[in-house]
Amino acid sequence: MKIYIRSAAAISAQRTFGDVPFLTEPVDYQGTRLTAIEPDYKEFVDPKLARRMSRIIKMGVAAALQCLKEAQVTMPGAIITGTALGCQEDTISFLTRIIELDEEMLPPTAFIQSTHNTVAAQIALTLKCHQYNNTFVHKGISFESALLDATMLLNEGDADNILVGGTEEMTDTAFKILTRLGLYKRWPLSNLDLLKTKSKGTIGSEGSVFFLLTEKSAADNLAELVAACTFYRPKNISDIELNINKLLDVNSIKMEDIDLVITGKNGDLKNDGIYEILGNSIFANSSLANYKHLSGEYPTSVSFALWLAVNIIKRGEVPVIVAENNLKNKSPKKILIYNHYQNTYHSLMLVSAC
Amino acid sequence: MSSPVYVAGVGVITAVGNNVAENMAAFEREEAGMGDITLVNTIHRGVLPVAEVKLDNIQLAELAGLSSKLSRTKLLSLVAAREALTDAAIPGFGELRSGFISANTVGGMDKSEDFFVDFLNDNNKGKLRNVFDHECGSMTEVVADELGITDYMTTISTACSSSANAIFYGARLIKNGLLDMVIAGGADALVKFTLNGFNTLMILDKEYCKPFDDNREGLNLGEGAGYVVLVSEEVARTLNKPLYCTLSGYNNSNDAYHQTASSPDGTGSYLAMQGALAKAGLQPTDIDYINLHGTGTPNNDSAEGTAIKRLFEPNYPPMSSTKSFTGHTLGASGGVEAVFAVLAIKNGVIYPNLRFKTPMKELPFTPETHYLKDQPVKNVLSNSFGFGGNCTSLIFSAV
Repeated sequence: MKIYIRSAAAISAQRTFGDVPFLTEPVDYQGTRLTAIEPDYKEFVDPKLARRMSRIIKMGVAAALQCLKEAQVTMPGAIITGTALGCQEDTISFLTRIIELDEEMLPPTAFIQSTHNTVAAQIALTLKCHQYNNTFVHKGISFESALLDATMLLNEGDADNILVGGTEEMTDTAFKILTRLGLYKRWPLSNLDLLKTKSKGTIGSEGSVFFLLTEKSAADNLAELVAACTFYRPKNISDIELNINKLLDVNSIKMEDIDLVITGKNGDLKNDGIYEILGNSIFANSSLANYKHLSGEYPTSVSFALWLAVNIIKRGEVPVIVAENNLKNKSPKKILIYNHYQNTYHSLMLVSAC
Repeated sequence: MSSPVYVAGVGVITAVGNNVAENMAAFEREEAGMGDITLVNTIHRGVLPVAEVKLDNIQLAELAGLSSKLSRTKLLSLVAAREALTDAAIPGFGELRSGFISANTVGGMDKSEDFFVDFLNDNNKGKLRNVFDHECGSMTEVVADELGITDYMTTISTACSSSANAIFYGARLIKNGLLDMVIAGGADALVKFTLNGFNTLMILDKEYCKPFDDNREGLNLGEGAGYVVLVSEEVARTLNKPLYCTLSGYNNSNDAYHQTASSPDGTGSYLAMQGALAKAGLQPTDIDYINLHGTGTPNNDSAEGTAIKRLFEPNYPPMSSTKSFTGHTLGASGGVEAVFAVLAIKNGVIYPNLRFKTPMKELPFTPETHYLKDQPVKNVLSNSFGFGGNCTSLIFSAV
């Protein structure tokens, strides 16, 4: 059975939402934190409800509804989300009040909306969708887990038109803590220079990207999701190469058939070291592209890479800002995404023109 | 896809016992685990009863073989998951494609609460070791590492149905041919965050909870962990001990009514139970016992009861809420209660619903109030419903 990506909608630090040019005018930030460019929510959420919603909920609902609209699907067969840190804003707000108010006279709203499945729940509530609803919260493979769930649902034949997304919001508190933990660069820089500066740390970000997966072939589907997999703590570089080759072998594809490899370089010396080595081995003859200088780094950022890949395939062009070297095919038909999260969780996705 | 998935091992820790045997003994003694708050530093001490695991972090860490500085959720998780894996005693475990699918609702919140007190005073203060692995996924990762599971792990968080969803996601990984065996369930420690959260919703009973009683006033929070070991048919054939049962049916449906409240007619609960029966190929009359979600809140029990009435009328199987023993263990409850469901089949027992006195006016049935032995229990339905309308039902069936 083939699985198709019928539509994709992304709210990100770049102008990616709705009918916009394809990354021709990249947004330049100074600093180490990117902020999602949020749409006007009026079209998606009742303004009265929106006032009570945190940004992750609004970004999630809006991207999900836009994705359905682009797919011309009114009711999805399942709603699945991935988020490592979930509804941070509400969690922090409730935790802060517990401490400041000494556990007395606390308002319940922040607690109610703090559970990790709030985004998936609010999408269901907006659509009155009674179908399967799940949320994965596993660090750097939260989105991948949701995607695996979606592909299993399609394989099982119990559901079609699966809405699957990755969402993350950045808050001042998380940014401060993650900065103290050394995740980000010590000095402000332009995100567009992120991959030129060889130093420790990356830049923090957020976003919400949704996809509609279907088993039905259609001329206006964006791409085919050929395969996706994750692996944990590879012993060494050969182990990573083994996993990449295995994915290609199982799908009877050779490395030279891959027109473009999108990797998760994030500007951190140690993190990118792995991609550098692979760039001289398994990817030595590959056309390469990057995305984290545009999306910034966050646990579900690979969903941005998938959005990028299916758009490249559908539009038949590679934005100049993402290409790392010479393109062997200006209109890539087969794209491999390889991302790793602190060399712990590694992820591969293979997409192809329909 | 129709190949069966078997339960080969179980492990549990709750307020009524640190392992399977202690939990079963407490049911037989009809002894609840609630009491005053002793471990969480809160103003609700002496006011709100809770169901704490009867070990402090140092004792629990010793049992788990981990540092007592780690989140209590990790410690609880490892104790129960290891018991389940040891119980399954799978020959050649190391050669199999194995997975760990765990659930929780607030990650390492107990440690983050400590961090936050200092952090709020000064953003450059607060011990980073208390917050660096706050994420839900970190709870899972440390346990998977300890158990030597590397092929696949993930974490699910859908509020109070989290670990029921983890269990059937695990089963589906096996049915889809991706793994040979999976440890699945969940863990949650009692923390100030959830205690205050549920308190603001005014759904905590100041007395011991009375699920499905007309005079019920709310739930008691609990803590714990529960896991089942699921294996494929091929692995099942290699075991040197009897299987417990199969996971024959499962369904997740959404109430799509309100972020926290259940719809009056229990739409989500009804769809989940109905879907699980359809998946198992069973009729309502085939169910021998329902382990209720039965939190003891007016809203849940009314919605769940109404859904059961719609689906089962006029033949009601014995049913009970074991939350009357363990309290509501939130993200752990689906796992904890799956273990109880599995053991109801193996031991032929029905657990009592403690403190039930007055039937609910709107319902024509009442829960079982006594511990029953020597019961023919072949099919058990286990309900887990959570915030966000997330409703999950599992069915375990004798082999």
